[in-house]
Amino acid sequence: MQIDYKKFTLSNGLRFIVHEDHTTPMAVLNVLYDVGARDEDPAKTGFAHLFEHLMFGGSVNIKDFESPLLMAGGENNAFTTNDLTNYYIQLPAENIETACWLESDRMLSLAFSEKSLDVQRKVVSEEFKEHYINRPYGDVAFKLRELAYKQHPYRWMTIGQELSHIENAKLADVKAFFLKHYCPANAILVMAGNIQTEKALALAEKWFGVIPAGEKYIRHLPVEPKQEAARVLEVKADVPLDALYKAFHIGSRTDASYYAMDLIGELLGGGGSSRLFQTLVKEKKLFSNIECYHFGSSDPGLLLIEGKLIKGTSMKTADLAIREELDKLSSTTIEEKELIKVKNKTESSILFEDMSLMNRASNLAMYELMGDVAFMNTELDKYLEVTTANIRDLSASIFNEKNSNSMFYYSNN
Amino acid sequence: MLNRKSAPEITDAVKFQLSLPPHQKISLRNGVDVYLVDMGTVDTLMMNIIFYAGNCFEPGNLVAAATNFMLKNGTRSKTAYQINDFFEYYGAYLNRQAGNETAEITLHCMKKHFAELLPVVSELIADSVFPEEELEIYKKNMQQRLQVNLRKNDFIAGRLIDTYLFGPDHPYGRYSSMEDYSALNTEGLKEFYNQYYLGGRCVIFIAGPLPAGIQNLVETHFGSLPLTGSSKPDTRDAIILPAKEKKYRVTNDAESVQGAIRIARNFPNRHHPDFQKMQVLNNIFGGFFGSRLMANIREDKGYTYGVHSYLVNLIQESSFMISTEAGKDVSEATIREVYLEMKKLCDEPIKDEELKISKNFMIGTLLGDLDGPFQVAGRWKSLILNGLNDEYFYHGIEIIKNIRPAELQELANKYLNAGDFYELVVF
Repeated sequence: MQIDYKKFTLSNGLRFIVHEDHTTPMAVLNVLYDVGARDEDPAKTGFAHLFEHLMFGGSVNIKDFESPLLMAGGENNAFTTNDLTNYYIQLPAENIETACWLESDRMLSLAFSEKSLDVQRKVVSEEFKEHYINRPYGDVAFKLRELAYKQHPYRWMTIGQELSHIENAKLADVKAFFLKHYCPANAILVMAGNIQTEKALALAEKWFGVIPAGEKYIRHLPVEPKQEAARVLEVKADVPLDALYKAFHIGSRTDASYYAMDLIGELLGGGGSSRLFQTLVKEKKLFSNIECYHFGSSDPGLLLIEGKLIKGTSMKTADLAIREELDKLSSTTIEEKELIKVKNKTESSILFEDMSLMNRASNLAMYELMGDVAFMNTELDKYLEVTTANIRDLSASIFNEKNSNSMFYYSNN
Repeated sequence: MLNRKSAPEITDAVKFQLSLPPHQKISLRNGVDVYLVDMGTVDTLMMNIIFYAGNCFEPGNLVAAATNFMLKNGTRSKTAYQINDFFEYYGAYLNRQAGNETAEITLHCMKKHFAELLPVVSELIADSVFPEEELEIYKKNMQQRLQVNLRKNDFIAGRLIDTYLFGPDHPYGRYSSMEDYSALNTEGLKEFYNQYYLGGRCVIFIAGPLPAGIQNLVETHFGSLPLTGSSKPDTRDAIILPAKEKKYRVTNDAESVQGAIRIARNFPNRHHPDFQKMQVLNNIFGGFFGSRLMANIREDKGYTYGVHSYLVNLIQESSFMISTEAGKDVSEATIREVYLEMKKLCDEPIKDEELKISKNFMIGTLLGDLDGPFQVAGRWKSLILNGLNDEYFYHGIEIIKNIRPAELQELANKYLNAGDFYELVVF
């Protein structure tokens, strides 16, 4: 399915994309800022995400962000990743200007209230506890990132490396962060839904086009050196079951190998007929569940495998069994039919994702961030070009033992 | 010069005319009712097949859920692997889900493959065999999952609060144990399958831009299903026995840094005239991000990442629930604030401005919630399974648009008295 859009550059340089859909009564305003946890100071991690919370604490001209939006029948949210921060508002299309007013004012400047910072530090601390401390296996993602990355800032989590970084955040840090990252030069604006392009452009110019462009932030992140030897970390924790985690370095989201890599993840862990599930959960009964996934990150990322062992299975047996599956994929060429299966799954998941106006809006922004919004409509073709030989060769390179990070997570019960 | 201080003109969302797009109902030759929602622009379809085979009907704990799960794990002609491989080859998702009253099978697929997929969906319903080995794997894996969940305070709190509200023997209050999983056997599952699937009756919803000839397709593959039940199984509602004691503090993990909090009371089901009014009151109280509970407990005090209140989606009787996880040292303070917010709603009428904001928000989001074929089918499903029709939907909109502060205050005094609530913290 082709997504229609028009792309503009506003007078201050802000990139602006409009997507018309007249089958819905709704409209979406999406703003993506090109800043994520990877852009943080190693001594002040968790900042991009904490900052996202502060964006709801009032802006320079509008004390209360929430009430006018609700009055206009709208809802909104935001998310932060290691790569980017994305804000969206959905509301009845008639009221799209309210969204422009609110969103542009917080691009212009925040209220920077001490009270808001104080409260959101606590809220984010509770978020940290809820997701990562107060639950079994909650520290796994932290440890795995630290094992796999030695230089690149992907070595810490979006929520922050440790609670103290968040607890110590100062208002001066917040202001500096805003000045550096939250300006038109570092943003992508999308308007989607039941709107006319001309009117959308006029609104965007009126509310956003007049904001000073700011300085384009140029990223100079440390490059992760190539891993030269397999790494193993053993952990003992108060959890009920042993678990096994593996992380392999892969290319970036814009690397040509991305499509084959994504399909490899599907072949291994996507659904009930996938290789790891069928062999290790159903046939050999070594794991009670097993998954394979990646984050599609902007810089070179990780392909992860994780599973919980059936009581009585030894870590070594489980590890060897995974290794055997990875070797199979690396040394033999899969049947064409199996490749078609994962391509069909990809086609289907793209279609289902595109059903939602909100997804279309944020995806348009993300493809523009990747380099060109036009990629959104050529994505499926790139998957379809992948061959069985590509799968075999890329598997051999990703699953090379020297490229592996394994974490043996033992239950001490 | 642009005035950024004042808000642009808006159209009040309460002025929008909301309509629930219609469905077309057909009855197959075996008596199965099919509801078609033909709309949407993306070539994807959803088919939802609902049996009255939830845990209300099970002879032993977990039998309904296990039977429902195992429908995908083997038929007379296909292994579990072949079934998974078949659906995944077409990029389709076949999910199943068992609840209290109903158990469902849901297919999501690309429109172009719908016709090829239907015979196998039908085969799962008509021809499941419940292989011994598959059940053993399921039991083991579910037991392991339960062991992990039992370490989560939030999971424990969710189980216990339902037990207080409905009693440990009521289907809504019953929960799973390692022993319950051990006790499952293929004979029990087959019996349940024979009685409540083959001997039952399903309702089908299909939504999306429907293919030509949809009626014949459905008739061919589902009109021939050998379902012998004539209507919804005739069961008496289970007896609800709420606990006498109202306040509980449970220690699950001495190292906890947060308490999982539930504050809840029994509440009548959708047929009660207060139900839809309560949805408006709930919205203001704790129903969304801008609610009073969030504004106070998260955005002012910073005690929690999130606090929510809601009417639980149950058919026989509902409950009204407040749920949050808060820092261990502020859990008791959080509970006090919840009661303070209840008392405020009892003592002071909601200001017109706040009510107007809430009404606009509810209508605006409802407009968004009806945007898409699957969402519309979901609305119809909820109405039909609860024995309601679109009058109820339109009545609900009128309530949102017209309810006054005095009525909401009266409602608060009826339903938001601290003494009526069960209160639980799991540390």
